[in-house]
Amino acid sequence: MNWDVELLSRIQFAFTIMFHYIFPPFSIGLGLLLVVYESLFLITKKKIYEKITRFWIKIFAANFSVGVASGIVMEFEFGTNWSTYSRFVGDIFGSPLAAEGIFAFFLESGFLAILLFGWNRVKPGMHLFSTIMVALGSMLSGFWIVVANSWQQTPVAFEIVVDYGIRRAVITDFWEMIFNPSSMVRFTHVILGAWIQGAFLVMSVSAYYLIKKKNIEFAQKSFAIALGLAAIASLAQPLVGHDHAKVVEEWQPAKLAAFEGLYETQTNAPLYLFGWTDPETRETSGIAIPGMLSFLVHGDFEGEVKGLEEFPEEDWPAVNSVFQSYHLMVALGMLFIGATLLSLFLLWKKKLFTPSWAWLIKLYIPAVALPVVANQLGWLSAERGRQPWIVQGLLRTSEGVSKSISAPEVMISLILFLLVYVLLFFVWLYVLDREIKHGPEHLAAVEAGFKKKSERMDAIKSH
Amino acid sequence: MDFNIVWYILVGVLLIGYAILDGFDLGVGILHLRSKGDHNRRILMNAIGPVWDGNEVWLITAGGALFAAFPNVYATAFSSFYLPFMLLLVALIFRAVSIEFRSKEENPRWRNFWDWGFSLGSISAALLFGIAIGNVVIGFRIGSDMEYQGNFFDLVNPYSLAAAFFALSMFALHGAIYLNMKTEGELQKQIQGWIKTNYWIFVIFYLIFSGLTLYMKPEMIANFSFGQIDLPGNKHELVENHQTLISIFAWTVVFLNILAIANIPRTLAKGNFGWTFISSASMIGAIVMLFALGIFPNLMVSNLDPAFNLDIYNAASSQYTLKTMAILAAFGLPFVVSYTVIIYWTYRGKVKLDENSY
Repeated sequence: MNWDVELLSRIQFAFTIMFHYIFPPFSIGLGLLLVVYESLFLITKKKIYEKITRFWIKIFAANFSVGVASGIVMEFEFGTNWSTYSRFVGDIFGSPLAAEGIFAFFLESGFLAILLFGWNRVKPGMHLFSTIMVALGSMLSGFWIVVANSWQQTPVAFEIVVDYGIRRAVITDFWEMIFNPSSMVRFTHVILGAWIQGAFLVMSVSAYYLIKKKNIEFAQKSFAIALGLAAIASLAQPLVGHDHAKVVEEWQPAKLAAFEGLYETQTNAPLYLFGWTDPETRETSGIAIPGMLSFLVHGDFEGEVKGLEEFPEEDWPAVNSVFQSYHLMVALGMLFIGATLLSLFLLWKKKLFTPSWAWLIKLYIPAVALPVVANQLGWLSAERGRQPWIVQGLLRTSEGVSKSISAPEVMISLILFLLVYVLLFFVWLYVLDREIKHGPEHLAAVEAGFKKKSERMDAIKSH
Repeated sequence: MDFNIVWYILVGVLLIGYAILDGFDLGVGILHLRSKGDHNRRILMNAIGPVWDGNEVWLITAGGALFAAFPNVYATAFSSFYLPFMLLLVALIFRAVSIEFRSKEENPRWRNFWDWGFSLGSISAALLFGIAIGNVVIGFRIGSDMEYQGNFFDLVNPYSLAAAFFALSMFALHGAIYLNMKTEGELQKQIQGWIKTNYWIFVIFYLIFSGLTLYMKPEMIANFSFGQIDLPGNKHELVENHQTLISIFAWTVVFLNILAIANIPRTLAKGNFGWTFISSASMIGAIVMLFALGIFPNLMVSNLDPAFNLDIYNAASSQYTLKTMAILAAFGLPFVVSYTVIIYWTYRGKVKLDENSY
């Protein structure tokens, strides 16, 4: 391997974006659940829903701030490490990024102030409104960034021009660029993935309380609602799959072929459940459903799917690693469907929270890691599957790097990010762990402390 | 309409918004370690608690706007400023998470660690912003291909260091003035002491920095010199055609800037703390505006050849994009302003800690 600016920048981008992407899906999923919990509180006026809402707000806050802090990096890394790419796509890619700031981040950060600190300051209706705005803002931000990324996958509505000696793509139709062929399917896919991840966090913490026999009512109610969301989102995921596969087949056939280790163009193309593919020997082995890939793409088992051999080898992604990350993601998705449906059935039969199913509840504690892994694998497949292109068919990744930076500089910044992010990650885990161990009762205790103190102050003042 | 100029102004507005709003956040961080005792430090942190995140969004949006409107500046600026910029990002990360994590744990060593993180992060960020501004004024080694040809050490020069300390003193003053509105009692008295010392430190740096600018880069006032000074490279035709009008406008800004600075001790003595803040906010706004007027129509100056400058035309996106984005911005900015007003209105008055506080 050649440790040049390109490789180091790719490692740094992958590391910083993967670290960042641990957090936004939690915020998106948890944000939606907060809306549900708080609405239930306002409708039923039951204390338990207030407790639920306020506890999850605390967890949301700790997660959100690390997401924001690591997100600032992303906004500027295109310019620092990928400046040639930035010049090439600025006319197009910059717009959704700016729109994300104007339409999503301001909304989100503004109402976050009320969501986090406004419980005693604003009327309950205003607080719920703020929660809804934060949840909406987090999804909008997802929308704009997925739009920007989707244009790199399926570039449309542009023309290539050379201005002042710089080759670049300029927009010919703004809305066609925003709603490019893959925008909406990819956005839906990403949001559903985020909902699953957020819901699994709630289920994990609730499961911990259930096993510890603490905060039982709190945990059961939190769990049940999150389970509902997780089941709906998991089931919806394969429904998006068909549309998604069609778009990839049409616009990024080499990526689809790599996902399935398909070398020869064929009808009746198989869909692998798992397997191994070797681009050297051009052989793929494993357990496959014959004709299923053709069916997924064309709705017809006899449909023709292009193989990798249609493309020069220099335009292939890293076939086996893309194959593996994609299949692992799909397998996890299937697991989510199975687990949530089973749990939902047990909940309906009123058996889920009985001792005989305690083992299942116990499994939900570590299971929060799985959707995090699945979301990461999904992005790995999408981004590595697009290689060697940074913009599909238009600009190679190797052509996108900054010309004025040196490998030692990138090495320094990479080490810096490694140190800071490892520290941050463990502090985040530690803080989360403490919040969870304090539990929902802690807030009431702190509140009582403040009340006592202010009564004492009032007493002092009145003397 | 010349949308290139519209976007120059819009990016300027976002940067002014950022400098004023995150300016006091940074200032609070710079001063943080000077407050003693856990309660006081919590008051300081919670004074910006609900707003710092929104304030930082101005920077993110300015970054996005720069990318969308002037991609060549976005590309050249951040790749030339690579290591300082990475340090800035780390500083901003530390600041952000320190606020969130500090009060999660009672342990004094834990709190002390994040207090330092918050303060050093803020100090570094202020210094690095100053270095960046200093280099924008003094110029970069930009070649004919719009690429930076210098190295890290070219960026750290006497002028950019002067700019760094100028920015540090300005934000520290602004932060203290903000805190003066949000605190009461003993702590407020102490903060008023900080304002007085910081004020004179700031004035000294202001004079040094202004003098240095006029000495090293007299062309910074070429645009508003009533046609007396030539700008190397191209003076924009707008400036050529309206020299008197623009000069009068700019000198009015200079005058208002001085007035705002003078108004700080006056309003402080009279106890009109809200006006002290408005004065320091106007002062920052005026300073950023003067920079913008000084370098217009350039965004990055090349000190190799004025022909290599990145200006609002050769660095810009297509007219179609500039126009579309201007419409979107016109639609979005009223929302942005309304959220900002709602939040500052909700959290008006003195800081009170409760169970939701940091």
